[in-house]
Order: sequence, then structure tokens, then C-alpha cells
Amino acid sequence: MSDAGTVASARVRKHPPAAWHVATVADSRPETPTARRIELDVPTWPGNDAGSHLDVRLTAPDGYQATRSYSIASAGAGTRVVLAVDELPDGEVSPFLVHDLQPGDKLELHGPLGAFFVWTPPDVDEAPRPVQLIAGGSGVVPLYAMAAAHAAAGDATEFRLLYSVRTPEDVFFRDELAALAAAQPSLQLDFVYTRRVPDGWSAPAGRVTKDVLDAATVAAASRPLVYVCGPTPFVEAVAGWLIDAGHRPGDVRTERFGGS
Amino acid sequence: MSFITRGFSGRRGDRDPRLPPGQTLVSDWPVLSAGPTPEVDTADWAFVVRTENGSHTWSWDELRALGIEDITTDIHCVTHWTKLEMPWRGVPLDRIWESVETEHEFVMAHSYGGYTTNVPLEDLLDGKSWIAFEADGEPLDPEHGGPARLLVPHLYFWKSAKWIRGLTTMPTDDPGFWEQNGYHLHGDPWQEERYW
Repeated sequence: MSDAGTVASARVRKHPPAAWHVATVADSRPETPTARRIELDVPTWPGNDAGSHLDVRLTAPDGYQATRSYSIASAGAGTRVVLAVDELPDGEVSPFLVHDLQPGDKLELHGPLGAFFVWTPPDVDEAPRPVQLIAGGSGVVPLYAMAAAHAAAGDATEFRLLYSVRTPEDVFFRDELAALAAAQPSLQLDFVYTRRVPDGWSAPAGRVTKDVLDAATVAAASRPLVYVCGPTPFVEAVAGWLIDAGHRPGDVRTERFGGS
Repeated sequence: MSFITRGFSGRRGDRDPRLPPGQTLVSDWPVLSAGPTPEVDTADWAFVVRTENGSHTWSWDELRALGIEDITTDIHCVTHWTKLEMPWRGVPLDRIWESVETEHEFVMAHSYGGYTTNVPLEDLLDGKSWIAFEADGEPLDPEHGGPARLLVPHLYFWKSAKWIRGLTTMPTDDPGFWEQNGYHLHGDPWQEERYW
């Protein structure tokens, strides 16, 4: 059904296969006041595309298990897998990962998962395409992986990240993003602070609006591939504005978390 | 290969036997979509079944006139959440299939917006699936697939294609959109058929 749109015609690529793995926690440190960066050594990891995710399965002494999906902040062929986990106040798994997990602990993982919400460097026979990343809160994690993969590939394609975040302290991968942008002229960062802005910031605190989106993203006329990740209401609003601004639905890929 | 995770006890006593393995109970209704939410007006909406023998189209009113059922069912998302005892309303696919003749054993569900998913016909007939218009007593929100979505509650919920526009029968079980992007060809939550 060719009239079904471009979503279904996404190019099929070779992706690393998903499987169960045993990970050892190599490092765990605060990422933001509510989140923790967890670095895992996974000797059997096949590598992963930027933007993919994995399942973490925890097992209690009585056999009770809990499984959750987390986006992966790292990409490429290595066996070091980086997560950045935001604690959900009523959560069961995220509070354990944020507060209780220690270096040396072992975790069961299943992955890498997902072959659609991923970015891979253009093939030699493929025209490069600008990319617009739009993050709400911890939704930046898979998008950070894409920005890093873009820098690692030495890709000169225009890449922009619009990042909506509560306060300057809530920014994930703050130093890494700044370093990527400093080293990579084709990467541009735009921050929107919703609760409190940094000292000397020119704009007041406030949410992303259609005007902000139009001013701080790659224009639809450039046909960028757009990745949006964040809480459901944020993604719904942003994706709607993108369509209004002339982006084709098949060019906008979304990942949402939480209820409506 | 499971082993005990040091220091993890989990929530006690909430393991409901209606939860398939690896699932967690939720009370809200998370949204999972690959792209923007399409806006589909019921005045323009049509449902088309295509087979090797031709096609049959129903308008919004024609489809609803086939007979709407109340359904209460559990739904299971591959991203590990389950909602229990959810009320739905929709037309059973069995009613639609009274006008369809095919030798094919599989269908591809097509959505407004381009999403596709493959389902064996035996997972859709005999009271197993509906074209659903309402959930929780309200018309289905666009972000949850409104105005109408396929409802196949005994499979993981990505098979319950949002924004449904039609079914095309096929002789073989070809993968749809998510199935090409890492999800299992069949998707039985009780067998944990999540990924390939």
C-alpha cells in the first residue's frame, strides 16, 4: 500500500541482534539531582545503534522479577554501555538503580532493542540529511547518544539539539554536550529552561512553544530527519507543531514516556 | 540464566496472576507511537478489506451498524506495562468477515499515518478482535489510536494497530512495521514473544 506513507518505507539496515547479557556495574555517579549515570561492562555486548534501548531485569531472593526499558546513552561497537536513569518517585526499579546499585554489582540486560528510533551515519551512497533532535527532560538520553555518534563519525551534516529542561542543574550530559558542540561546528545546542534559567540567560523561564520551535530548529524546507523524545504531552505538542510547520509525518520519529 | 540482584527486594504482594511474565501493573495509560499522531475525521474515515478476490469498504456509520459489542479486557504492552479490566466498545472482526472471502491465512493491518502490523487470521476471528471506537467509556483519543483502532488484546498491544484504515489479506506472514524494527512476528505476552 504505497499510499500508507513514508513511515513503513524506512530503510532496512543491519542492526546488532538482541540477546540476554550479564552486565557488571563499572561506575555509578550522580547525573542530576534526581538521576544517576550508570556505566556497565558487558563483555558479550554486540554494540548498538545510537538511540536504541535495552531492558533491565531485576530478581529478588524469592524469585520475584521486575523489568524496565531504558534508553542507552552510548553507541557504537564497544562493550561499555552507559545508562542515565532518572528516579521516578513512585518507581520500583529506578529508585533501586539510582540509590542501591553499586560498582561490582551484576545486572541482567536484554538488548540492544529498537531499530527505528535510531540514527546511523549516512552510507556512502546516501545523501546526508540534516538532523533535528528535540528532548524533554530525561528524553535527552537517546538523543545525546545520536549527537555523540554524529561527532564520532566526523559527520559534517547539520545536527541541532533543542533541549527543554527544568533548571540548569537538571541538564543530562552537560559537560559532554558542551564539549561535542565545541569540537563539532555542525552541532548546535539550544536550551529551553522551563523553571529557572542560568545567570545571565537572555530569555525568561518557560515551556517550549510553537514560536520557540520555529526559531530554534532546522527549517522544514531543509527536510531534516527529526527525533523527539520526552514525556507524552511534550512529544504530542511538539510533534503537532512540527507537522503544522510543514515537516512530513514520516520524517518525525517519536519516543514517549508516561501516560496521557 | 537469572540470578538474584544484590539488594533488590521489589514491591511485595502485588504480583497479580493476570499479569503475564515481565509485566508491571499500571493505572494510567502510557502512549507508544513511532511518529506524530494523525488527525483523522470520522467523516473521511473508511475501513477497507482487500483480499485476492477484491476489496470491500465500510464508512464510519456502515461499520458501526454491523453491531457494537462491550468488551472488558486486560491489555499488555511490550514495554512491560499491563492494564487490567479495561472497558472497550467496538465491532467484532467476525461481523466484518461475514462479507469477506479469502483463502489467505494472514493479514496486514494498515493505519492512517503508514503504520502496519501483521497478524494471523486465526488470532483475529472467533471473538478475538474488534475495530474499537471507545475505551474507558469515552471516544478513543487520537493519541491512543482514535477514531478507531484494531483491538487484539491477547497479543502485545502494538498488534492493536492505532488509526486503523484497513486489513489486507496475505498468503504468508510478512512482517509489518514494528516487526521489521525488532519486535516479534507473533507477540504472545504469555510466551514473552517480545523481540526476535
